Amino acid sequence: MAVSLPSAPPSVRPLSPLDDADLDSLLLIRHFENALLDLFAAGKLHGTVHTCLGQEYIPVALRPFLDEDFVLSNHRGHGHYLAQYEDPHGLLAEIMGREGGVCRGVGGSQHVYRERFLSTGVQGESLSVGCGLALHSKRRGLPHLVVAYIGDGTWGEGAVYEALNMAALWRLPLLVVVENNGIAQSTPTQVQMAGSVADRAAAFGIDHHRLESIDINEIRDVLADPIARVRNEHRPLVVEFATHRLGPHSKGDDTRPADVLEHARRHDWYRLYPQTRPEQFAARDARIRARVESVVQEVEARSPSVWEAGRV
Amino acid sequence: MSSPAPAPDAPDAVMAVPTAPVRVADNLNEALHALFAADPHLFLLGEDVVDPYGGAFKITKGLSGAHPDRVLATPLSEGGIVGVAGGLALAGDTAIAEMMFSDFATLCFDQLVNFASKSVSMYGRRIPMRLVVRCPVGGNRGYGPTHSQSPQKHFIGVPNLALFELSPFHDNHAVLARMIERAEPCVFFEEKSLYPQRMFTGGVVDDLFTFAPLAGPGDWARISVGGEEDYDCLLIAPGGLARRCLGAMRELLMEDEISCQLLVPSQLYPFEAGPVVEEFAAGARIVVVEEGVAGGTWGTEVAAHLHDRLWSQLREPVRLVCSRDSVIPAAPHLEREVLVQQDTIRDAVRRTVR
Ligand SMILES: Cc1ncc(C[n+]2csc(CCOP(=O)(O)OP(=O)(O)O)c2C)c(N)n1
Repeated sequence: MAVSLPSAPPSVRPLSPLDDADLDSLLLIRHFENALLDLFAAGKLHGTVHTCLGQEYIPVALRPFLDEDFVLSNHRGHGHYLAQYEDPHGLLAEIMGREGGVCRGVGGSQHVYRERFLSTGVQGESLSVGCGLALHSKRRGLPHLVVAYIGDGTWGEGAVYEALNMAALWRLPLLVVVENNGIAQSTPTQVQMAGSVADRAAAFGIDHHRLESIDINEIRDVLADPIARVRNEHRPLVVEFATHRLGPHSKGDDTRPADVLEHARRHDWYRLYPQTRPEQFAARDARIRARVESVVQEVEARSPSVWEAGRV
Repeated sequence: MSSPAPAPDAPDAVMAVPTAPVRVADNLNEALHALFAADPHLFLLGEDVVDPYGGAFKITKGLSGAHPDRVLATPLSEGGIVGVAGGLALAGDTAIAEMMFSDFATLCFDQLVNFASKSVSMYGRRIPMRLVVRCPVGGNRGYGPTHSQSPQKHFIGVPNLALFELSPFHDNHAVLARMIERAEPCVFFEEKSLYPQRMFTGGVVDDLFTFAPLAGPGDWARISVGGEEDYDCLLIAPGGLARRCLGAMRELLMEDEISCQLLVPSQLYPFEAGPVVEEFAAGARIVVVEEGVAGGTWGTEVAAHLHDRLWSQLREPVRLVCSRDSVIPAAPHLEREVLVQQDTIRDAVRRTVR
């Protein structure tokens, strides 16, 4: 199958400086995901995980906009969760089926529910659920919006369009965040999506922003006003990030050619950011790496989660 | 489980050329290749089915290379995939649609139930619809509640929709041919953990058990202790449960001296009771085993048929063994408690026979 490279800036620009909290959040997600792949390799994890390596900056960039809001996540949701709740213990325990897991080990990696965060493993379900949550928020006069993260591939599901239609018709505070990483499992976007996300949003009269940037500060500058409009004017919005999946779809199932992978690596904030602030990066990186190591040790030592089948 | 050894007293034992065991996944893949070579009007559609990926479970590998115009990687569009397959079938082609996980077959339910199967008869004349929807089913892999289900029960009782299940006793060349010959939509349930296991061939399962096809509809295989006709308990299970049943049968024979016979149908629905009735040894107990969760299951359908046909000969009602009435948890230790295991089957037989 012909694979063409996703569009990208001719040369990747240096990243602007981050404060420690944002950098820590990025690093937490990165080291958490790497730890999962290591645990898999060591035979200590079962089932499947989808890491968000390379895409961590998206939920971190959006985090300040989403304090009381509802986040709907998908199969690739660890970063969405960790950016929202700084809770690597709860998530790892969930994925490893240990005591203290967010959902007692029942949901695992892709079915997590906590307060205002929910993920599930069937693609395309979330947008209309998001419409329902957003309708609730609007009718109750609450200032909350609903964010739904979906991949480019998920735009194949008809349910996406039913939801966009209702969101536009009923002016719902729904923010659809598209993590367009150019691929769905093994299938490049250009052989599974006719037209574009922009045109699809336009067809419903829904605002659309596409961001090529991986610079967190820049992203926030661009999105502050549009996101405020979702909240205050109940205008649904589609924000599309042109992003890069560094790792396999789940584990060990990457059939992409070397040049495509190298292209993704060139956009890896983890490679780029040290040029911005080398000392800050080195110090925070060492610290968060050690933190994740200790989370792994602690959670691994916990006893198996307890749940009585069929009853909670 | 030990590899097949020809019985020492078999006359052709010396002549037998040992053949390398074939994995179930490879047998199915070869059967698809053979079907494509034989039928120029066959299509296959599904997510990520083309090379080099070859499908999430690698069942379609090599097909797109050989038949690029007829093997299509689709968008994530389960309803659309089966709709397109229905259109191809309506036009006289043969279509095989792959659901990446059977859990997503809920998304093609409408196309299957309200279009493809109804079209066979609702226009007042029989319209052939050669359409097979392949659905990987089953858990015990830690994939969690939306990637581990065995949804066979949801498809039972739809007119003109036939259900089949992958089995290590049934060569897939014949199974696929039979589904297509029906000229009505079929769902083929494929228990995922069967894929890497080997096919049983030559009538031999292992040092204890042999198998043979049963004459009559339903394409049943009979697995018995060295072909013996007498047994205490008759197990009925689809192919996905065969390994667990065999393990339980071995334990029961060795530890409890309870001998079981196992019947495995290729065709789950419509349920063909005839061969079971013929095979039934007076006095034996019947246990039906399946992985679906409790409530309105294939097993209840089987039991209803057998009660109807065998009531006067049964010492007690048919016993059902299925998974618990529960979602399927991700954590392996929790999942194990919900799903039918070898020891669930063993204990059920012990309770039944004692
Ligand atoms: C309804 C449904 N179909 C198929 C799948 C299997 N599946 C999980 S993720 C995925 C690819 C999703 O691609 P995309 O939306 O682009 O997200 P990405 O994986 O790239 O983050 C597929 C096919 C699923 N989970 N749900």
